[in-house]
Amino acid sequence: MAMVERYPVLTFFTHVMLIIGVFIFAFPIYIVFVASSVPLAEIMRAPMPIIPGTQILQNYSTAIMTGVADVGASSGRMLMNSIIMALGVSGGKIVISMFAAFAFVFFRFPFRQVFFWAIFITLMLPVQVRILPTYEVVANLGMLDSYAGLILPIIPSATATFLFRQYFMSIPKELPDSAKVDGATPMRFFWSILVPISKTTFAALFVILFIFGWNQYLWPLLVTTKEQYYTLLIGINRMLAVGDQQAEWQIIMASTILAMLPPIFVVMSMRSLFIQGMTEQEK
Amino acid sequence: MADNRAIFSNKFLPYVLVFPQIAIVGVFFLWPGFQAVLLSVFREDAFGTRRVFVGMENFVRLFANESYLNSMRVTFFFSISVMVIVISLGLFFAVLADRAIRGSNFYTTMIIWPYAVAPAVSGVMWMFLFNPTIGVISHFLDLAGFNWNHALNPTHGFIIVTLAASWKQIAYNFLFFLAGLQNIPPSLIESAAIDGAKPRTRFWRILFPLLSPTTFFLVIMNVMYSFFLTFGIIHQVTQGGPGQATNILVYKVYRDGFVNLNLGASSAQSVVLMAIVIGLTFIQFHFFERKVHY
Repeated sequence: MAMVERYPVLTFFTHVMLIIGVFIFAFPIYIVFVASSVPLAEIMRAPMPIIPGTQILQNYSTAIMTGVADVGASSGRMLMNSIIMALGVSGGKIVISMFAAFAFVFFRFPFRQVFFWAIFITLMLPVQVRILPTYEVVANLGMLDSYAGLILPIIPSATATFLFRQYFMSIPKELPDSAKVDGATPMRFFWSILVPISKTTFAALFVILFIFGWNQYLWPLLVTTKEQYYTLLIGINRMLAVGDQQAEWQIIMASTILAMLPPIFVVMSMRSLFIQGMTEQEK
Repeated sequence: MADNRAIFSNKFLPYVLVFPQIAIVGVFFLWPGFQAVLLSVFREDAFGTRRVFVGMENFVRLFANESYLNSMRVTFFFSISVMVIVISLGLFFAVLADRAIRGSNFYTTMIIWPYAVAPAVSGVMWMFLFNPTIGVISHFLDLAGFNWNHALNPTHGFIIVTLAASWKQIAYNFLFFLAGLQNIPPSLIESAAIDGAKPRTRFWRILFPLLSPTTFFLVIMNVMYSFFLTFGIIHQVTQGGPGQATNILVYKVYRDGFVNLNLGASSAQSVVLMAIVIGLTFIQFHFFERKVHY
């Protein structure tokens, strides 16, 4: 919004407050970063330094290659698990939602509404309200400690299905009509027209869903007991559970930074798409 | 879907297309959801061999259970606290960023990125800053003569999880408020200014009322957030303690079900949570007249 008239004092205040705001949001992460760059002894000597130290390479390579001894998996390994899970969840959600939305918008078939409502109901059944029985199902299917067990139970997405449906419905009727006239099969229309023109919707959804997948905590906590399937967020929790021993804060803080990088990278590199995708949820 | 647009005709293809999602919904959502409701009216006998139908008994016991009632109170105060902080600060920074012509993009970027930080990570971060022996913030509190210990003091425990939960969620509120503000036509503000309305008046008389759909949407999303998505913070930072000061409903379901292995009670709690989500979803769709018209 263009400022309507000048209030120099107000403008000054605006910037001062915004800078304070930026500081509030950046400060905790800065401290975590500093802690990940110094030897443990310097963290223990309260107050810890506020300028980054020289052990960055050492701490991060220890975290990535070996991690904390008691956890049994390196942060590098767990970082990879987190990436697999986030990509699996976001990719899976996008693919199955797009197929379903394609069916809902371009076909008429018996039980269409029943299927639509079945997907709608998932909004009301977040994993947190059905943890025990879902855990049982996954255990019975032998999917504990597997990527399938981590990913499959959380990929249905009413939100993604609605967004694709919404987008498909805004496509001019002439497009599928002319495709039909040209003798294109439905799947041909889907792959050569629908998918290419939906790219922006894809990308905007991807950012949000990647973060959704990355932030999962309760579900991986339940289905992973073997450390080679821990996600990084679970791994950090295990690193902190040292009982009477000294927590290796410098490694934990390096792992914490590693756990922030991929989602921050995704949000920052696709900033405008992210904002678009987010605000579309409200509509 | 009311319109009759160009339709492909194929008897099998649409079923093949919806199958993946419907199959997963059936196996991992509907069936477990049904099981949760079913288990909530049964109780296992002392040997864990037989399930006995007990009707509403699990619910009656639940609402007579002081620890559950406490959990409800904690959840209530927790979501109110988070709500007040994230709505007011989110709106405050959005108004400022909207006003700042110079650097607006920079500020926006610097304020939205905590959204990308996982709740569990936010928890670890604040836990480190407030660590009673090595934390930077607790160190300065100590210098000021204030003895911080969120592992022992229930109030401190409540404050730290509220802080960790809010810090991350302000970004979300900021984003929606900023988008809302940018959708308000500048001519509206200009004409009010010409009529002599000062910035403060313009905010309360024009901007704030026009933002009310956004505010309402955010109220619902924030409730969902503090009820369900803050599990990671609680699990990392306080494990529901000290005492039961941060034992929010979703954490209690987890603990009763997985740690204490009390299936009946845990399922009854799941059903209560389910009712809450259904209520919130209903309100959201009802008031927004979402595009789900059937």
